[in-house]
Amino acid sequence: MSGGWETVIGLETHVQLRTASKIFSGASTAFGAAANTQASVIDLALPGVLPVLNAGAVEMAVRLGIAVGGRIAPRSVFARKNYFYPDLPKGYQISQYEIPVVQGGSLGFAVAPRDGEPYVKTVELTRAHLEEDAGKSLHEEYRGMSGIDLNRAGTPLLEIVSEPQMRSSAEALGYARTLHALVVWIGICDGNMQEGSFRCDANVSVRPAGASQFGTRVEIKNLNSFRFLQLAIDHEVRRQIELIEDGGRVVQETRLYDPDRDQTRSMRSKEDAADYRYFPDPDLLPLEITPALIERVRGQLPELPGAMRERLVRDYALPAADAAALTASLPLARYFEAVALAAADKKAAANWTMGELAAALNASGIGIEACPVAPGELAVLVNRVSDGTINGKTAKELFALLWSGEAQSVDAAIAARGLEQISDAGAIERIVDEILAAHPAAVAEYRGGKEKAFQSLVGQAMKATRGKANPQQLNEILRRKLG
Amino acid sequence: MTNPTTNATTAASEHATLAQLGELLDRREVSAVELATLFLGRIERHRDLNAFLDVRPEVTLAQARAADQRRARGETGALLGVPIAHKDVFVTRQWHTTASSRMLRGYDSPFDAAVVEQFAQAGMVCLGKLNCDEFAMGSSNENSAYGKVLNPWDRAAVPGGSSGGSAAAVAARLAPIATATDTGGSIREPAAFSGVTGTKPTYGRPSRWGMIAFASSLDTAGLLTASARDCAIAFNAMLGFDPRDSTSVDRPREDYTRHLEMDLRGLRIGVPAEFFAAGLEAEVEAAVRAALRELEGLGAVLVDVSLPTAALGIPVYYVVASAEASSNLSRFDGVRYGMRAERYDDLMDMMCKTRAQGFGAEVKRRVLVGTYVLSHGYYDAYFLQASRVRRLIADEFQRAFTQCDLIAGPVTSGVAFGFGEKSADPVTMYLADLYTVPSSLAGIPAMSLPCGFGRLGRPVGLQLMANHFDEARMLAAAHRYQCATDWHLRVPGGF
Repeated sequence: MSGGWETVIGLETHVQLRTASKIFSGASTAFGAAANTQASVIDLALPGVLPVLNAGAVEMAVRLGIAVGGRIAPRSVFARKNYFYPDLPKGYQISQYEIPVVQGGSLGFAVAPRDGEPYVKTVELTRAHLEEDAGKSLHEEYRGMSGIDLNRAGTPLLEIVSEPQMRSSAEALGYARTLHALVVWIGICDGNMQEGSFRCDANVSVRPAGASQFGTRVEIKNLNSFRFLQLAIDHEVRRQIELIEDGGRVVQETRLYDPDRDQTRSMRSKEDAADYRYFPDPDLLPLEITPALIERVRGQLPELPGAMRERLVRDYALPAADAAALTASLPLARYFEAVALAAADKKAAANWTMGELAAALNASGIGIEACPVAPGELAVLVNRVSDGTINGKTAKELFALLWSGEAQSVDAAIAARGLEQISDAGAIERIVDEILAAHPAAVAEYRGGKEKAFQSLVGQAMKATRGKANPQQLNEILRRKLG
Repeated sequence: MTNPTTNATTAASEHATLAQLGELLDRREVSAVELATLFLGRIERHRDLNAFLDVRPEVTLAQARAADQRRARGETGALLGVPIAHKDVFVTRQWHTTASSRMLRGYDSPFDAAVVEQFAQAGMVCLGKLNCDEFAMGSSNENSAYGKVLNPWDRAAVPGGSSGGSAAAVAARLAPIATATDTGGSIREPAAFSGVTGTKPTYGRPSRWGMIAFASSLDTAGLLTASARDCAIAFNAMLGFDPRDSTSVDRPREDYTRHLEMDLRGLRIGVPAEFFAAGLEAEVEAAVRAALRELEGLGAVLVDVSLPTAALGIPVYYVVASAEASSNLSRFDGVRYGMRAERYDDLMDMMCKTRAQGFGAEVKRRVLVGTYVLSHGYYDAYFLQASRVRRLIADEFQRAFTQCDLIAGPVTSGVAFGFGEKSADPVTMYLADLYTVPSSLAGIPAMSLPCGFGRLGRPVGLQLMANHFDEARMLAAAHRYQCATDWHLRVPGGF
């Protein structure tokens, strides 16, 4: 790091689990409902209510545990974290403290530093534990009053804690992006960062390069975009280094990142940190997870992105970069595999998926799940190019027809529209002869040394064949005739 | 009620047991409406006891009419049409639920507690809500924000607590049966002080859904009744698995009356020496010893057992229960329901003032103790250590139950004390739970049944304890004792 300083970063990520109902009540977890319409008597903490653990949330924690190679605790304990806050209805949060559901594990990810070559890094995970979210305080909406919305109260969260093994904001970014992709991939999170489904707290410290002891760490809370995560860490690292170099000392505290000013500001120091008085929640029995449940969940897990990347390289002889791009999401990867299985040229299948298809999806702002072109048809399209039935230009036009729905079947459209490539040398020669006769000026220009005139003659010939001429053959014949 | 036959039946109903009322209803000698009217009249006449906090005759009579209609359609059931009253820590839709706290004055629950729901399904007619110590914290019912409850046997004496209203109501026959809760003795101690039968089942057997939590790992719903048989009949409706309570035990329902005619010959009753040590009032010891001889006479075998760790029950209990209470009561913050302080500066100030004004002294004391024992640096020495000793006490009971089927002893070291006698010194008050707390910590069923009278003519209770899920045998032993004696049939003068 800069000027002989090393940065140390650990991330705590709150992943909102995509269960239909809350972690301890039957209320819906859907986002965006009118305030307090999705708060049951349990979420409101009315007198006499009791929590019942959502088995779906547990299975999602097990999914993550398997995906990161962590140990899934056969017996974990829910504890109460006690503190007073108006949007914390019970006056305590049910969380896991001493014995979390997932212990250990690791995450491998690619790092793209701003200066230097990309590399791969693996970071160990400390733990992942289940807990409930709090409600929201609405301070702006009401003059001189605070509003409380408890729709979010009781939403299931999985807090994933990394070891402090990241050494730059680029590494933190790589970790966060990969973790985000993973939790979406294994179906436990919708990944919607704007709605707060994936939020990071970063623990940041600096130390002289080569030092073995960690510096004093500062926790930056609630970073809900990758950009802010990187900016906040960069800012905090600069602040700490300047502070120490100016003879100051970093104090252990919690800071908030203000994206408008690109700076962090202190929220509370260690001295004001609440004593949460954790103790096992007597309303809930210890959570027991049997080997049978773990095996059942393992059986339901899709192939994990890392394993799939390796397999795509191995089975389809794809470059690593293609495999990485194609495994950006599970639906994309599944789409690609469906194309690749039916396509003779795997690399062409990858190019089409990452190129034409991705561009069309992007342009129309839809996800791969809603793609109007069936993977089977894209495979036929790829095959018709490889077997010489159509040329690349026609293929692109045909793709546009498939996308718009004007054509459903590649082969039917080729037949109906006569899009088959002209590869008959005699036919191409006849056309070339006609073009040369009709454009003596261009011919003269070419012979006078103007290469541009050649392209214009190719264009004329293509026009005459409505783009169907085999481009290589056309080039050869034209060159030969112009001699 | 001008019909002379009805009058005679009514007179018979006044002191009838729940079992007898069921029979009268079966034989159509009395209607649910007549019973409800009768008991509402008694409640009104004896308002000075302050046993009830909320009575709504129109709701009660509507429930009674519904029960009569069910009977008219041919439905039967031991509880169908029989009146009941609920301790004010069970939430109810149709009566206020305050837990005897200023914090919840006028609070209406949008749902009924599981226990309330079960008895309503069985057709029981609710007479109203019963006074208790605030949030069930206390041993004398002097901690209610709505005033003390008088002991029907002696108006100068406390009825016991925290279920003082429940015990007084059944003792004075203002209700034939009342629900109650026991965390460290809150059913058994008032049962002993008020001369009625009070039973706490195994922890996890009754649902805690809708029971305002004091100490979740100890809170157990139970009953105050005129007899052990009545309790067995009502337990059949009340005890069963409830998926809304994660600590509810998933076991099939059972018939708690099945052993009532059991022969006591050969039944081994353990007598722990530690329960007869110094500090036990002579009259109480005499009455309890006499009851043990009575049981022996019925064929039971008395066995000496030892529960040396049980003596640590009081400190363990006041650490564990206060810790849980400090957290359970955090929800009363003035934000969503209940009381809110009138004047405050900001949100934190509002919460502080609300809690300062809404809770009584005993509740505050326990919240403070509980907060302390959970605090950083004290957790291991207090809460963790107490949890360990709690396990030792439970293990000790398991060892004792290899030598005996039931354990018997006194419920309290003395008879009901006078108002104000112990309230100045909380520790003396806490020591009143000495004999009831160990079984609460172990989660085993335990009960108190009347076995005589002591100092100043105040009632004495005999405690029976059984192993987990052995309620039926414990109730049978109590029932056999009650068949041979009449302490439980005595009703205080003037009622």
